[in-house]
Amino acid sequence: MYHAKYIIPALLVFLAVVTFPFWAKGKAVYRVELKLPANQTECIEDTETMRTSHMQILDHWRDKVVREGERVYTNAKGVKYSMSLTNTCMSCHSDKEKFCDKCHNSVGVAPYCWNCHLTTPKGGK
Amino acid sequence: MAAFYSFMAVLALVFIAAIGAGSAGMYTLFGVAIPYVALLVFLAGFIYRIVYWAKSPVPFSIATTGGQQKSLPWIKNSPWDNPYTVTGTVIRMILEVVTFRSLFRNTKIDLRVDNVKVVYGSAKFLWLFALIFHMAFFTILIRHMRLFLDPVPACIQKIEFLDSILQVGIPTLYQTDLLILVGLTFLLLRRIVDVKVNYISLAQDYFPLFLLLGIAISGIYMRYFIKADVISIKELTMGLLSFKPALPEKALETTFFVHLFLVSCLLAYFPFSKLMHLAGVFLSPTRNLPNNTRRQHYTNPWNDPAIKPHSYAAYEDDFREKMIEAGLPVEKEA
Repeated sequence: MYHAKYIIPALLVFLAVVTFPFWAKGKAVYRVELKLPANQTECIEDTETMRTSHMQILDHWRDKVVREGERVYTNAKGVKYSMSLTNTCMSCHSDKEKFCDKCHNSVGVAPYCWNCHLTTPKGGK
Repeated sequence: MAAFYSFMAVLALVFIAAIGAGSAGMYTLFGVAIPYVALLVFLAGFIYRIVYWAKSPVPFSIATTGGQQKSLPWIKNSPWDNPYTVTGTVIRMILEVVTFRSLFRNTKIDLRVDNVKVVYGSAKFLWLFALIFHMAFFTILIRHMRLFLDPVPACIQKIEFLDSILQVGIPTLYQTDLLILVGLTFLLLRRIVDVKVNYISLAQDYFPLFLLLGIAISGIYMRYFIKADVISIKELTMGLLSFKPALPEKALETTFFVHLFLVSCLLAYFPFSKLMHLAGVFLSPTRNLPNNTRRQHYTNPWNDPAIKPHSYAAYEDDFREKMIEAGLPVEKEA
């Protein structure tokens, strides 16, 4: 083998970088546990829709409220809700850190909702 | 035809994963066994390939001389294109790897003036789109670490933020998702449309392009269209990383298995393909040698050390009488 003194260290560094996630892993078991509201069993839509589309619903709400002044959302079952992140969503999911942040932080998603929005109707962060 | 066969091969891989992990429900095979095997093949193949290359001697110093070489002090030389020191060679290598300088010199050849005059022109598109593709791919690779590291490091979140800084749509559009498709599409069309490149293109040129397109499209489809369950996916990846693989309770989307299977294929195929230019560029004698053969002797590693140098004076000593007999001039008369 020629130039082993350069090639072997470079190869070892490469292997270390490639396998980095294996030895850098944090907790042995990765699990996200959400604190679900105690007094409610149903969200505005079914769980699967909320999981895949909550961001689009909120985006849609923002456009409706801010641009068109429309504030009432009717869900698939015909129940009406006020289009408000702070007053509707967060009246049940009151603790952002134990609900929203759980998933978002664990996979590195940083939505910009709370750049503007308060986390409780009364104020405070 | 090579393009068609490669396309069909990738399509077959997609169907294998879609049927195997979709309707046949072989989740453990596609979610656990194949990724592990693919990674092992990648690591072992990579080491094998590097060691194989490192064992090959480089008989001659064949550095590409891309500019004026170092000679007399009043002649301006190009220290990065035609390096004569180790530092210059390292700079050349870094610039080659990061900015693809040799592709920047790509030229096109054409017949002009009644189809008889050969004309050369600059052709920068290959350089531009190759750079776009590689940079996008690298960023995507780094960004994926959010699914392999827990907690997600701040630098990865920063890259993610920068990549989606335009805040287009929900979930926010990554610029690199578009750029990788643009880059790959160009690299593929170049091989199909340009007759000269088409003529020299083989299945092993098309196959990685289709495979990468498949990976990119399945990834884009998961993020923007079906919204694959990232939390469940991370449960699977973290299980794999801790060697306690467990499938998440919730069934993962078939598209995810297609994506994972294509990535596994890429990993296993990588060391035996042209994609090894990832490591090969560092071992290219045309790039990693300084052009200093006029100042320093380059020893051919093939040379048998038992064969000693034989000077002309010694040669003449051996054959002087015969040379005089034959009437050949000699430097030293007997």
